[in-house]
Amino acid sequence: MPALGADMEAGTLLRWLVKPGDAVKRGDIVAEVETDKADVEVEIFDTGTVVALLVGEGEKVPVGTPLATLGPAGAPAAADTVSPVPPPPVAAIHRAPPPAAAPPAPAPFRRGGRVTPTARLLAERLGLDIAGITGSGIDGAVTKADIERAAQAPRGPVTAEPARLRSSPAARRRAQDLGLALASLPGTGPGGAVTLADVERAAAAPQPPRKTEAPPPPVPRAPGPDRILARRRAIAAAMSRSNREIPHYYLGTRVDMTNALAWLERTNQDRPPQSRLLYAALLLKATALAVREVPEMNGYWADDAFQPSEAVHLGMAISLREGGLVAPAIHDANRLPLEDLMAALRDLVTRARAGSLRSSELADPTITVTNLGEQGVETVFPVIFAPQVAIVGFGKITREPWAVGDLVGLRPIIRASLAADHRASDGHRGGLYLNAIGRLLQEPEKL
Amino acid sequence: MNQEALRTAILDSLREIAPQADYGRLGDADDIRDSLDLDSMDILNFVIALHARTGIDVPERDYSKLGTMAKALAYLSAPAGGSG
Repeated sequence: MPALGADMEAGTLLRWLVKPGDAVKRGDIVAEVETDKADVEVEIFDTGTVVALLVGEGEKVPVGTPLATLGPAGAPAAADTVSPVPPPPVAAIHRAPPPAAAPPAPAPFRRGGRVTPTARLLAERLGLDIAGITGSGIDGAVTKADIERAAQAPRGPVTAEPARLRSSPAARRRAQDLGLALASLPGTGPGGAVTLADVERAAAAPQPPRKTEAPPPPVPRAPGPDRILARRRAIAAAMSRSNREIPHYYLGTRVDMTNALAWLERTNQDRPPQSRLLYAALLLKATALAVREVPEMNGYWADDAFQPSEAVHLGMAISLREGGLVAPAIHDANRLPLEDLMAALRDLVTRARAGSLRSSELADPTITVTNLGEQGVETVFPVIFAPQVAIVGFGKITREPWAVGDLVGLRPIIRASLAADHRASDGHRGGLYLNAIGRLLQEPEKL
Repeated sequence: MNQEALRTAILDSLREIAPQADYGRLGDADDIRDSLDLDSMDILNFVIALHARTGIDVPERDYSKLGTMAKALAYLSAPAGGSG
Protein backbone atom coordinates (compact mmCIF):
# COMPACT_ATOMS: atom_id res chain seq x y z
CA MET A 1 0.00 0.00 0.00
CA PRO A 2 1.72 3.17 -1.16
CA ALA A 3 1.73 6.33 0.95
CA LEU A 4 -0.39 8.68 -1.11
CA GLY A 5 0.50 11.76 0.84
CA ALA A 6 2.43 12.16 4.04
CA ASP A 7 -0.65 11.98 6.23
CA MET A 8 -1.96 8.67 4.93
CA GLU A 9 -1.85 5.73 7.34
CA ALA A 10 -3.99 3.11 5.60
CA GLY A 11 -5.91 2.52 2.41
CA THR A 12 -8.69 0.27 1.19
CA LEU A 13 -8.12 -1.73 -1.95
CA LEU A 14 -11.23 -1.10 -4.03
CA ARG A 15 -10.53 -3.01 -7.19
CA TRP A 16 -7.77 -4.97 -8.86
CA LEU A 17 -7.25 -4.20 -12.53
CA VAL A 18 -4.77 -7.04 -13.03
CA LYS A 19 -4.73 -10.73 -12.14
CA PRO A 20 -1.97 -13.29 -11.56
CA GLY A 21 -0.23 -14.05 -14.82
CA ASP A 22 -0.76 -10.59 -16.29
CA ALA A 23 2.26 -8.84 -17.72
CA VAL A 24 2.62 -5.33 -16.36
CA LYS A 25 4.83 -2.42 -17.27
CA ARG A 26 6.29 0.17 -14.98
CA GLY A 27 3.61 2.83 -14.59
CA ASP A 28 0.62 0.65 -15.50
CA ILE A 29 -2.41 1.29 -13.36
CA VAL A 30 -2.96 -1.94 -11.51
CA ALA A 31 -5.45 -1.16 -8.78
CA GLU A 32 -7.77 1.41 -7.32
CA VAL A 33 -7.34 2.39 -3.72
CA GLU A 34 -9.58 4.44 -1.49
CA THR A 35 -7.93 6.78 0.98
CA ASP A 36 -9.58 9.20 3.36
CA LYS A 37 -9.14 11.91 0.79
CA ALA A 38 -9.82 10.38 -2.60
CA ASP A 39 -10.01 7.32 -4.79
CA VAL A 40 -6.64 6.78 -6.36
CA GLU A 41 -5.38 4.82 -9.34
CA VAL A 42 -2.26 2.98 -8.20
CA GLU A 43 0.59 2.76 -10.68
CA ILE A 44 3.08 -0.07 -10.53
CA PHE A 45 6.75 0.79 -10.14
CA ASP A 46 8.36 -2.04 -12.09
CA THR A 47 7.94 -4.20 -15.15
CA GLY A 48 7.23 -7.92 -14.85
CA THR A 49 4.49 -10.46 -14.32
CA VAL A 50 1.95 -10.44 -11.54
CA VAL A 51 2.61 -13.55 -9.47
CA ALA A 52 0.03 -13.19 -6.73
CA LEU A 53 -2.40 -10.67 -5.30
CA LEU A 54 -1.91 -10.46 -1.54
CA VAL A 55 -4.72 -8.10 -0.56
CA GLY A 56 -8.34 -8.72 -1.46
CA GLU A 57 -10.80 -6.19 -2.81
CA GLY A 58 -12.46 -4.30 0.02
CA GLU A 59 -9.59 -4.95 2.46
CA LYS A 60 -8.14 -2.01 4.39
CA VAL A 61 -4.42 -2.31 5.09
CA PRO A 62 -1.73 -0.05 6.60
CA VAL A 63 0.70 1.85 4.39
CA GLY A 64 3.67 -0.37 3.57
CA THR A 65 1.69 -3.59 3.32
CA PRO A 66 2.67 -5.51 0.16
CA LEU A 67 -0.33 -5.58 -2.20
CA ALA A 68 0.99 -8.10 -4.71
CA THR A 69 4.11 -9.92 -5.72
CA LEU A 70 5.76 -9.33 -9.02
CA GLY A 71 8.03 -11.79 -10.84
CA PRO A 72 10.27 -11.31 -13.85
CA ALA A 73 8.50 -10.97 -17.19
CA GLY A 74 7.12 -14.33 -18.27
CA ALA A 75 7.11 -15.81 -14.77
CA PRO A 76 4.29 -18.26 -14.07
CA ALA A 77 1.47 -17.16 -11.83
CA ALA A 78 1.54 -18.74 -8.39
CA ALA A 79 -1.90 -19.09 -6.93
CA ASP A 80 -1.02 -19.69 -3.32
CA THR A 81 2.67 -19.34 -2.63
CA VAL A 82 3.87 -15.91 -1.80
CA SER A 83 7.37 -14.73 -2.48
CA PRO A 84 7.85 -11.19 -1.31
CA VAL A 85 9.71 -8.98 -3.71
CA PRO A 86 11.46 -5.84 -2.52
CA PRO A 87 9.69 -2.74 -3.82
CA PRO A 88 11.59 -1.06 -6.63
CA PRO A 89 11.34 2.69 -7.38
CA VAL A 90 8.40 4.55 -8.90
CA ALA A 91 7.14 5.92 -12.26
CA ALA A 92 4.27 6.05 -14.71
CA ILE A 93 2.61 4.56 -17.75
CA HIS A 94 -0.76 2.87 -18.12
CA ARG A 95 -2.62 -0.33 -18.68
CA ALA A 96 -3.76 -1.53 -22.07
CA PRO A 97 -7.54 -1.50 -22.13
CA PRO A 98 -9.14 -4.91 -21.89
CA PRO A 99 -10.99 -6.03 -25.03
CA ALA A 100 -13.32 -3.09 -25.47
CA ALA A 101 -17.08 -3.36 -25.31
CA ALA A 102 -17.46 -1.14 -28.35
CA PRO A 103 -16.70 -2.90 -31.65
CA PRO A 104 -14.09 -0.52 -33.14
CA ALA A 105 -11.60 -1.07 -30.35
CA PRO A 106 -8.98 1.66 -30.45
CA ALA A 107 -5.39 0.55 -30.56
CA PRO A 108 -4.02 1.16 -27.10
CA PHE A 109 -1.72 4.11 -26.76
CA ARG A 110 1.38 2.62 -25.24
CA ARG A 111 4.22 4.52 -23.83
CA GLY A 112 7.23 2.26 -23.98
CA GLY A 113 8.99 0.65 -21.05
CA ARG A 114 11.89 2.98 -20.63
CA VAL A 115 11.69 6.52 -21.84
CA THR A 116 13.77 9.43 -20.67
CA PRO A 117 11.69 12.31 -19.29
CA THR A 118 12.87 14.75 -21.96
CA ALA A 119 12.02 12.22 -24.64
CA ARG A 120 8.55 11.75 -23.23
CA LEU A 121 7.91 15.48 -23.10
CA LEU A 122 9.13 15.94 -26.63
CA ALA A 123 7.08 13.02 -27.92
CA GLU A 124 3.96 14.37 -26.27
CA ARG A 125 4.58 17.78 -27.74
CA LEU A 126 5.01 16.30 -31.21
CA GLY A 127 2.09 13.91 -30.82
CA LEU A 128 4.29 10.87 -31.40
CA ASP A 129 3.50 7.44 -30.04
CA ILE A 130 6.57 6.25 -28.15
CA ALA A 131 5.59 2.60 -28.56
CA GLY A 132 6.37 2.84 -32.26
CA ILE A 133 9.87 4.17 -31.64
CA THR A 134 12.97 2.04 -31.23
CA GLY A 135 15.08 3.12 -28.31
CA SER A 136 18.84 3.48 -28.64
CA GLY A 137 19.63 4.38 -25.02
CA ILE A 138 20.61 2.23 -22.07
CA ASP A 139 18.50 -0.95 -21.92
CA GLY A 140 16.73 0.16 -25.07
CA ALA A 141 15.49 3.35 -23.48
CA VAL A 142 13.89 5.81 -25.87
CA THR A 143 15.92 9.02 -25.82
CA LYS A 144 15.31 12.54 -27.06
CA ALA A 145 17.48 11.79 -30.09
CA ASP A 146 15.26 8.81 -30.95
CA ILE A 147 12.19 11.02 -30.84
CA GLU A 148 13.82 13.65 -33.01
CA ARG A 149 14.77 10.97 -35.52
CA ALA A 150 11.25 9.57 -35.50
CA ALA A 151 9.78 13.03 -35.95
CA GLN A 152 11.75 13.47 -39.15
CA ALA A 153 11.07 10.03 -40.55
CA PRO A 154 8.13 9.71 -42.92
CA ARG A 155 5.14 8.45 -40.99
CA GLY A 156 4.08 4.95 -41.86
CA PRO A 157 0.72 3.37 -41.22
CA VAL A 158 1.75 2.58 -37.67
CA THR A 159 1.71 6.20 -36.65
CA ALA A 160 -1.38 7.12 -38.63
CA GLU A 161 -3.37 9.50 -36.45
CA PRO A 162 -1.66 8.41 -33.27
CA ALA A 163 -2.88 11.46 -31.42
CA ARG A 164 -6.49 10.44 -31.79
CA LEU A 165 -5.81 7.24 -29.94
CA ARG A 166 -4.24 8.90 -26.95
CA SER A 167 -6.31 8.83 -23.84
CA SER A 168 -5.96 9.03 -20.12
CA PRO A 169 -6.56 5.89 -18.04
CA ALA A 170 -9.54 7.51 -16.34
CA ALA A 171 -10.97 8.36 -19.75
CA ARG A 172 -10.54 4.80 -21.01
CA ARG A 173 -12.18 3.34 -17.97
CA ARG A 174 -15.10 5.73 -18.13
CA ALA A 175 -15.54 5.18 -21.88
CA GLN A 176 -15.57 1.45 -21.30
CA ASP A 177 -18.17 1.81 -18.56
CA LEU A 178 -20.33 3.89 -20.87
CA GLY A 179 -19.76 1.68 -23.91
CA LEU A 180 -18.24 4.54 -25.91
CA ALA A 181 -15.58 4.03 -28.58
CA LEU A 182 -12.62 6.20 -27.62
CA ALA A 183 -11.40 6.45 -31.19
CA SER A 184 -14.56 8.29 -32.15
CA LEU A 185 -14.17 11.01 -29.50
CA PRO A 186 -12.46 14.34 -30.08
CA GLY A 187 -9.63 14.79 -27.59
CA THR A 188 -8.78 18.09 -25.94
CA GLY A 189 -5.86 16.88 -23.81
CA PRO A 190 -2.14 17.12 -24.56
CA GLY A 191 -1.43 15.97 -28.12
CA GLY A 192 -5.15 15.54 -28.72
CA ALA A 193 -5.44 12.97 -25.96
CA VAL A 194 -8.95 11.98 -24.99
CA THR A 195 -9.45 13.08 -21.38
CA LEU A 196 -12.04 12.14 -18.82
CA ALA A 197 -13.81 15.44 -19.50
CA ASP A 198 -14.05 14.55 -23.20
CA VAL A 199 -15.64 11.24 -22.39
CA GLU A 200 -18.11 12.82 -19.98
CA ARG A 201 -18.94 15.40 -22.61
CA ALA A 202 -19.50 12.74 -25.26
CA ALA A 203 -21.65 10.79 -22.83
CA ALA A 204 -23.69 13.88 -22.07
CA ALA A 205 -24.05 14.96 -25.70
CA PRO A 206 -27.46 14.44 -27.21
CA GLN A 207 -27.82 11.19 -29.12
CA PRO A 208 -28.54 11.47 -32.88
CA PRO A 209 -32.24 10.55 -32.87
CA ARG A 210 -33.10 13.19 -30.33
CA LYS A 211 -36.85 13.16 -30.01
CA THR A 212 -36.66 12.87 -26.29
CA GLU A 213 -34.48 15.03 -24.12
CA ALA A 214 -30.88 13.97 -23.74
CA PRO A 215 -30.24 12.08 -20.53
CA PRO A 216 -28.56 14.12 -17.83
CA PRO A 217 -24.81 13.56 -17.64
CA PRO A 218 -23.68 10.94 -15.20
CA VAL A 219 -23.38 12.33 -11.71
CA PRO A 220 -20.08 11.46 -10.07
CA ARG A 221 -20.61 9.33 -7.05
CA ALA A 222 -21.44 11.84 -4.35
CA PRO A 223 -19.46 11.04 -1.23
CA GLY A 224 -21.57 10.17 1.77
CA PRO A 225 -21.33 11.87 5.17
CA ASP A 226 -18.84 9.23 6.35
CA ARG A 227 -16.54 9.98 3.47
CA ILE A 228 -16.77 13.71 3.99
CA LEU A 229 -16.06 13.27 7.71
CA ALA A 230 -13.09 11.04 6.91
CA ARG A 231 -11.78 13.56 4.43
CA ARG A 232 -12.17 16.35 6.99
CA ARG A 233 -10.23 14.30 9.54
CA ALA A 234 -7.46 13.59 7.05
CA ILE A 235 -7.10 17.30 6.34
CA ALA A 236 -7.21 18.01 10.09
CA ALA A 237 -4.40 15.53 10.72
CA ALA A 238 -2.22 16.86 7.91
CA MET A 239 -2.69 20.51 8.81
CA SER A 240 -2.21 19.90 12.54
CA ARG A 241 0.99 18.08 11.83
CA SER A 242 2.15 20.91 9.60
CA ASN A 243 1.45 23.57 12.19
CA ARG A 244 3.01 21.45 14.94
CA GLU A 245 6.19 20.53 13.10
CA ILE A 246 6.89 23.26 10.60
CA PRO A 247 8.09 26.69 11.74
CA HIS A 248 6.35 28.68 9.00
CA TYR A 249 7.36 32.13 7.94
CA TYR A 250 5.16 34.23 5.67
CA LEU A 251 5.93 36.78 2.99
CA GLY A 252 3.72 38.67 0.60
CA THR A 253 4.12 40.91 -2.41
CA ARG A 254 1.99 42.56 -5.07
CA VAL A 255 2.49 41.70 -8.72
CA ASP A 256 1.34 43.85 -11.64
CA MET A 257 -0.53 41.54 -14.03
CA THR A 258 -0.96 44.07 -16.86
CA ASN A 259 1.54 42.40 -19.19
CA ALA A 260 0.41 38.90 -18.36
CA LEU A 261 -3.27 39.61 -18.96
CA ALA A 262 -2.63 41.59 -22.15
CA TRP A 263 -0.49 38.78 -23.53
CA LEU A 264 -3.11 36.24 -22.55
CA GLU A 265 -5.87 38.17 -24.26
CA ARG A 266 -3.86 38.41 -27.48
CA THR A 267 -2.95 34.74 -27.30
CA ASN A 268 -6.47 33.54 -26.61
CA GLN A 269 -8.36 35.63 -29.11
CA ASP A 270 -7.52 33.43 -32.09
CA ARG A 271 -7.89 30.18 -30.24
CA PRO A 272 -10.90 27.89 -30.00
CA PRO A 273 -12.17 27.52 -26.43
CA GLN A 274 -10.43 24.22 -25.76
CA SER A 275 -7.02 25.71 -26.56
CA ARG A 276 -7.38 28.83 -24.44
CA LEU A 277 -5.14 29.49 -21.48
CA LEU A 278 -6.18 30.69 -18.04
CA TYR A 279 -3.94 33.08 -16.16
CA ALA A 280 -3.59 30.34 -13.57
CA ALA A 281 -1.34 28.52 -16.06
CA LEU A 282 1.00 31.53 -16.09
CA LEU A 283 1.07 31.64 -12.29
CA LEU A 284 1.89 27.93 -12.12
CA LYS A 285 4.64 28.13 -14.71
CA ALA A 286 6.25 31.15 -13.07
CA THR A 287 6.12 29.43 -9.67
CA ALA A 288 7.70 26.29 -11.09
CA LEU A 289 10.40 28.15 -13.03
CA ALA A 290 11.39 30.41 -10.15
CA VAL A 291 12.69 27.50 -8.06
CA ARG A 292 15.72 27.28 -10.31
CA GLU A 293 16.78 30.59 -8.77
CA VAL A 294 16.00 29.58 -5.18
CA PRO A 295 16.17 25.78 -5.08
CA GLU A 296 15.65 25.55 -1.32
CA MET A 297 11.91 26.05 -1.91
CA ASN A 298 11.60 22.81 -3.86
CA GLY A 299 11.92 19.48 -2.06
CA TYR A 300 11.29 17.91 1.34
CA TRP A 301 12.27 18.24 4.95
CA ALA A 302 13.19 14.72 6.03
CA ASP A 303 15.67 13.17 8.47
CA ASP A 304 16.40 16.56 9.99
CA ALA A 305 17.67 17.97 6.74
CA PHE A 306 16.42 19.60 3.57
CA GLN A 307 16.33 17.17 0.67
CA PRO A 308 16.25 19.21 -2.52
CA SER A 309 14.37 17.86 -5.51
CA GLU A 310 15.80 18.02 -9.00
CA ALA A 311 12.35 17.70 -10.58
CA VAL A 312 9.63 20.27 -10.01
CA HIS A 313 6.37 18.44 -9.34
CA LEU A 314 3.99 21.27 -8.72
CA GLY A 315 1.18 20.50 -6.30
CA MET A 316 -2.06 22.26 -7.08
CA ALA A 317 -4.59 22.77 -4.29
CA ILE A 318 -7.98 21.88 -5.76
CA SER A 319 -11.14 22.45 -3.78
CA LEU A 320 -13.75 19.72 -4.08
CA ARG A 321 -17.36 20.69 -4.55
CA GLU A 322 -18.68 18.75 -1.59
CA GLY A 323 -15.98 20.16 0.67
CA GLY A 324 -12.35 19.48 1.35
CA LEU A 325 -9.39 19.72 -0.96
CA VAL A 326 -6.65 17.67 -2.58
CA ALA A 327 -3.30 18.88 -3.84
CA PRO A 328 -2.08 16.51 -6.57
CA ALA A 329 1.04 17.20 -8.62
CA ILE A 330 1.59 18.33 -12.18
CA HIS A 331 4.81 16.49 -12.96
CA ASP A 332 7.78 18.44 -14.33
CA ALA A 333 5.69 21.61 -14.45
CA ASN A 334 8.80 23.72 -15.04
CA ARG A 335 9.43 21.94 -18.34
CA LEU A 336 5.93 21.88 -19.78
CA PRO A 337 5.04 24.39 -22.48
CA LEU A 338 2.11 26.55 -21.36
CA GLU A 339 -0.35 24.68 -23.58
CA ASP A 340 0.61 21.36 -22.03
CA LEU A 341 0.59 22.80 -18.54
CA MET A 342 -2.90 24.17 -19.15
CA ALA A 343 -4.11 20.82 -20.48
CA ALA A 344 -2.56 19.06 -17.49
CA LEU A 345 -4.24 21.50 -15.14
CA ARG A 346 -7.65 21.00 -16.73
CA ASP A 347 -7.24 17.25 -16.68
CA LEU A 348 -6.10 17.28 -13.06
CA VAL A 349 -8.96 19.47 -11.83
CA THR A 350 -11.50 17.33 -13.69
CA ARG A 351 -10.08 14.07 -12.36
CA ALA A 352 -9.69 15.40 -8.83
CA ARG A 353 -13.34 16.33 -8.79
CA ALA A 354 -14.36 13.03 -10.37
CA GLY A 355 -12.26 11.16 -7.78
CA SER A 356 -9.78 9.49 -10.11
CA LEU A 357 -6.31 10.69 -9.23
CA ARG A 358 -3.18 8.59 -9.71
CA SER A 359 -0.89 7.44 -6.95
CA SER A 360 2.18 9.27 -8.25
CA GLU A 361 0.24 12.54 -8.45
CA LEU A 362 -0.69 12.39 -4.79
CA ALA A 363 2.58 11.03 -3.50
CA ASP A 364 5.20 13.35 -4.87
CA PRO A 365 4.51 17.09 -5.12
CA THR A 366 7.72 18.99 -4.33
CA ILE A 367 6.13 22.43 -3.84
CA THR A 368 2.47 23.50 -3.90
CA VAL A 369 0.42 26.41 -5.23
CA THR A 370 -2.93 27.53 -3.92
CA ASN A 371 -4.77 29.91 -6.20
CA LEU A 372 -7.99 31.26 -4.73
CA GLY A 373 -9.09 32.57 -8.10
CA GLU A 374 -11.39 35.34 -9.11
CA GLN A 375 -14.16 34.50 -6.65
CA GLY A 376 -11.76 34.54 -3.72
CA VAL A 377 -10.18 37.19 -1.53
CA GLU A 378 -7.10 39.33 -1.97
CA THR A 379 -4.60 37.42 0.11
CA VAL A 380 -4.06 33.85 1.27
CA PHE A 381 -1.77 32.77 4.13
CA PRO A 382 -1.35 29.11 3.28
CA VAL A 383 -0.27 26.12 5.37
CA ILE A 384 2.57 23.98 4.03
CA PHE A 385 1.84 20.38 3.06
CA ALA A 386 4.48 18.42 4.98
CA PRO A 387 7.07 17.18 4.13
CA GLN A 388 7.24 19.91 1.48
CA VAL A 389 8.90 23.15 2.54
CA ALA A 390 6.99 25.84 0.70
CA ILE A 391 3.59 26.81 -0.62
CA VAL A 392 2.81 29.79 -2.82
CA GLY A 393 -0.58 31.48 -2.65
CA PHE A 394 -2.35 33.79 -5.08
CA GLY A 395 -5.39 35.90 -4.28
CA LYS A 396 -7.79 37.35 -6.80
CA ILE A 397 -6.77 40.03 -9.25
CA THR A 398 -7.99 43.49 -8.23
CA ARG A 399 -7.68 46.85 -9.98
CA GLU A 400 -5.57 49.08 -7.79
CA PRO A 401 -3.75 52.38 -7.91
CA TRP A 402 -0.18 51.66 -8.97
CA ALA A 403 2.71 54.04 -9.37
CA VAL A 404 4.05 54.13 -12.92
CA GLY A 405 6.96 56.52 -13.01
CA ASP A 406 5.70 59.63 -11.26
CA LEU A 407 2.09 58.96 -12.14
CA VAL A 408 -0.54 56.77 -10.60
CA GLY A 409 -2.59 54.46 -12.80
CA LEU A 410 -5.06 51.66 -12.25
CA ARG A 411 -3.52 48.26 -12.78
CA PRO A 412 -4.66 44.66 -12.37
CA ILE A 413 -2.78 43.51 -9.28
CA ILE A 414 -2.44 40.06 -7.74
CA ARG A 415 -1.13 39.41 -4.24
CA ALA A 416 1.37 36.59 -4.16
CA SER A 417 2.22 35.07 -0.81
CA LEU A 418 4.69 32.49 0.36
CA ALA A 419 4.63 30.25 3.40
CA ALA A 420 7.99 28.55 3.77
CA ASP A 421 9.69 26.22 6.25
CA HIS A 422 12.16 28.21 8.33
CA ARG A 423 14.22 25.06 8.87
CA ALA A 424 14.94 24.89 5.15
CA SER A 425 15.24 28.58 4.25
CA ASP A 426 15.19 32.11 5.61
CA GLY A 427 13.11 35.15 4.80
CA HIS A 428 15.77 36.67 2.59
CA ARG A 429 15.78 33.68 0.25
CA GLY A 430 12.01 33.42 0.39
CA GLY A 431 11.79 37.05 -0.67
CA LEU A 432 14.09 36.42 -3.62
CA TYR A 433 11.88 33.52 -4.64
CA LEU A 434 8.63 35.49 -4.47
CA ASN A 435 10.22 38.38 -6.38
CA ALA A 436 11.46 35.96 -9.03
CA ILE A 437 7.88 34.80 -9.57
CA GLY A 438 6.76 38.41 -9.94
CA ARG A 439 9.55 39.15 -12.39
CA LEU A 440 8.83 36.09 -14.53
CA LEU A 441 5.20 37.15 -14.77
CA GLN A 442 6.29 40.42 -16.41
CA GLU A 443 7.47 38.50 -19.46
CA PRO A 444 4.66 36.04 -20.10
CA GLU A 445 5.85 35.31 -23.64
CA LYS A 446 8.95 33.68 -22.16
CA LEU A 447 7.06 31.37 -19.80
CA MET B 1 -31.12 27.26 -32.72
CA ASN B 2 -34.29 28.26 -30.89
CA GLN B 3 -34.46 29.49 -27.30
CA GLU B 4 -35.54 26.17 -25.82
CA ALA B 5 -32.76 24.25 -27.57
CA LEU B 6 -30.29 26.87 -26.39
CA ARG B 7 -31.56 26.66 -22.84
CA THR B 8 -31.16 22.89 -22.94
CA ALA B 9 -27.63 23.23 -24.33
CA ILE B 10 -26.70 25.71 -21.60
CA LEU B 11 -28.14 23.57 -18.82
CA ASP B 12 -26.55 20.37 -20.16
CA SER B 13 -23.19 22.13 -20.39
CA LEU B 14 -23.50 23.39 -16.83
CA ARG B 15 -24.57 19.98 -15.53
CA GLU B 16 -21.48 18.49 -17.07
CA ILE B 17 -19.32 20.84 -15.00
CA ALA B 18 -21.29 21.01 -11.75
CA PRO B 19 -23.40 17.86 -11.75
CA GLN B 20 -24.43 18.06 -8.14
CA ALA B 21 -25.94 21.54 -8.18
CA ASP B 22 -29.68 22.08 -7.83
CA TYR B 23 -30.78 23.38 -11.21
CA GLY B 24 -34.43 23.64 -10.20
CA ARG B 25 -33.44 26.66 -8.14
CA LEU B 26 -31.44 28.44 -10.80
CA GLY B 27 -33.63 31.37 -11.87
CA ASP B 28 -33.16 33.19 -15.17
CA ALA B 29 -31.84 36.27 -13.38
CA ASP B 30 -29.58 34.46 -10.92
CA ASP B 31 -25.84 34.87 -11.25
CA ILE B 32 -24.74 31.50 -12.63
CA ARG B 33 -21.21 31.79 -11.32
CA ASP B 34 -22.26 32.57 -7.75
CA SER B 35 -25.23 30.20 -7.67
CA LEU B 36 -23.19 27.21 -8.84
CA ASP B 37 -19.90 28.29 -7.22
CA LEU B 38 -17.97 28.13 -10.49
CA ASP B 39 -14.32 29.07 -10.77
CA SER B 40 -12.53 30.27 -13.90
CA MET B 41 -11.66 26.69 -14.87
CA ASP B 42 -15.37 25.83 -14.67
CA ILE B 43 -16.26 28.82 -16.84
CA LEU B 44 -13.71 27.77 -19.44
CA ASN B 45 -15.04 24.21 -19.39
CA PHE B 46 -18.57 25.59 -19.72
CA VAL B 47 -17.57 27.58 -22.82
CA ILE B 48 -15.83 24.51 -24.27
CA ALA B 49 -18.92 22.37 -23.63
CA LEU B 50 -21.19 25.00 -25.11
CA HIS B 51 -18.98 25.20 -28.17
CA ALA B 52 -19.11 21.42 -28.60
CA ARG B 53 -22.90 21.39 -28.29
CA THR B 54 -23.89 24.45 -30.30
CA GLY B 55 -20.88 25.35 -32.43
CA ILE B 56 -20.96 28.83 -30.92
CA ASP B 57 -17.50 30.06 -30.01
CA VAL B 58 -17.80 32.62 -27.23
CA PRO B 59 -14.68 34.80 -27.24
CA GLU B 60 -13.00 35.37 -23.93
CA ARG B 61 -13.97 39.03 -23.72
CA ASP B 62 -17.66 38.01 -23.86
CA TYR B 63 -17.60 35.51 -20.99
CA SER B 64 -19.18 38.14 -18.77
CA LYS B 65 -22.19 38.24 -21.10
CA LEU B 66 -23.08 34.72 -20.01
CA GLY B 67 -23.58 35.84 -16.41
CA THR B 68 -27.21 34.75 -16.02
CA MET B 69 -29.48 32.41 -17.97
CA ALA B 70 -31.41 35.37 -19.38
CA LYS B 71 -28.21 37.15 -20.47
CA ALA B 72 -26.73 33.98 -21.92
CA LEU B 73 -29.87 33.26 -23.96
CA ALA B 74 -29.93 36.81 -25.29
CA TYR B 75 -26.24 36.74 -26.15
CA LEU B 76 -26.21 33.31 -27.77
CA SER B 77 -29.31 33.92 -29.87
CA ALA B 78 -28.16 37.33 -31.13
CA PRO B 79 -26.83 37.17 -34.71
CA ALA B 80 -23.55 38.78 -33.64
CA GLY B 81 -23.04 36.24 -30.90
CA GLY B 82 -22.89 33.61 -33.61
CA SER B 83 -20.36 31.11 -34.62
CA GLY B 84 -17.45 33.51 -35.16
